[in-house]
Amino acid sequence: MDHLRAVPSGAPSEEGAPGASGLADLLKRSSRGDGDAFARFYDSTSARAFGLAVRVVRDRAQAEEVAQEAFLEVWRTASRFDSGRGSAIGWLLTIVHRKAVDRVRSAEAASRRDTNYEHDNNAVAHDATAEAAEAAMEARRVRSALGELTSVQREALELAYFGGYTHTEVARMLDLPVGTAKTRIRDGLIRMRDALGVTTS
Amino acid sequence: MNDVHTLVGAYAVDAVDDVERAAFERHLLDCQTCRLELASLREAAVLLAAVEQVEPPVRLREQVLAGIGSIRPLPPRVVPEEEVEVAPERRRFRPVALVAAAAAVIALGVGTPVAWEQLTDDTSQAPTVSAGDQVLAADDAEEYTQSVNGTEVTVVRSRSLNRAVLLAPDMPAPPAGKVYELWLDQGDGMVPAGVMTGEEETVLFEGEGDPGTAVGAAITVEPAPDGSQAPTTPALLSFTFKKA
Repeated sequence: MDHLRAVPSGAPSEEGAPGASGLADLLKRSSRGDGDAFARFYDSTSARAFGLAVRVVRDRAQAEEVAQEAFLEVWRTASRFDSGRGSAIGWLLTIVHRKAVDRVRSAEAASRRDTNYEHDNNAVAHDATAEAAEAAMEARRVRSALGELTSVQREALELAYFGGYTHTEVARMLDLPVGTAKTRIRDGLIRMRDALGVTTS
Repeated sequence: MNDVHTLVGAYAVDAVDDVERAAFERHLLDCQTCRLELASLREAAVLLAAVEQVEPPVRLREQVLAGIGSIRPLPPRVVPEEEVEVAPERRRFRPVALVAAAAAVIALGVGTPVAWEQLTDDTSQAPTVSAGDQVLAADDAEEYTQSVNGTEVTVVRSRSLNRAVLLAPDMPAPPAGKVYELWLDQGDGMVPAGVMTGEEETVLFEGEGDPGTAVGAAITVEPAPDGSQAPTTPALLSFTFKKA
């Protein structure tokens, strides 16, 4: 095993899930215009991409648009992915997240998120993964890493990552001095990174 | 305490506003420590998403796979010998001889350490009329017109040429010490797209943005002569491009 990555490959599929390097390879082939490779990449990662989009934007129709935009961008920019510098799934999800956050922020004027502050999509998200043993194990690992966070770190991190709020907004929501939320977000990420043994390089 | 370093975590999870993003991206140019930390924190951040798997509807797959048929994958970036770092994602393919007018262009990696490139620092390079004419003549030219205080401004863009041009024959001079700055809304934030003084009738959108995929454009008033890295005033005009 030449390199250990904390970031796993995505949901397993019947035909055998591509590993982390498999996903990178699929991206490489996609960059040459190989649509079949891209389809396999999609199949291996779409549940994660869509799950993240749903979690952040909440509205499923909009989450679909976000996921679609993200995948098309991945296709277009696949040649710019460098497996030496991060995982393929990390690259994809970073793109999804950014698009999802932009979506909720631009929708703010329409006050879409004013009413139900609860994460009403969670149950769906978790149930949908129940049968994927590998995914569940991975989720457990992440939850246990999340357990390493102090409750205030976790609170700030979740508002930022899933809520799509800026650190300034998070500070206000949590009645923190400006500057404190960003510190908690950073500290929380560092702790997760260390707990999960994330490596890049 | 306002040390820009400390934004790295918030930046990694997109918990920054546009002004902070621009400031931090500038900082990344000079700070290898932050680039490395950012990469590792992003990898950690996406793990948060690991608990959130939801099977998308089948139509999403169909739409995505249908969509790629009309999108040409970007070529790999060809880097000069010793420059090992490849800047993924934010640097866009520029067709032919479009010279970037932006000074330092930030190329941001996604989920990876950041590399960056310096484009020509040549804000005096006037956009060529012929490039603008190509856009106007393009088969897929899309036209968007807005007016402010009776002055009509039109943006024409061509996806196939990946260019956009602004037509503002009657633009008044900006306030003293200011220029008009053009922006492309790439869907993930405003990207500087050049400045104008109001004398030009036709201005090409330039810089790091990608007119072909932008979701919109805007004009703001910014400090002369070079404008800003992120909008500092409300948009004078903004255009929403139709989706592909």
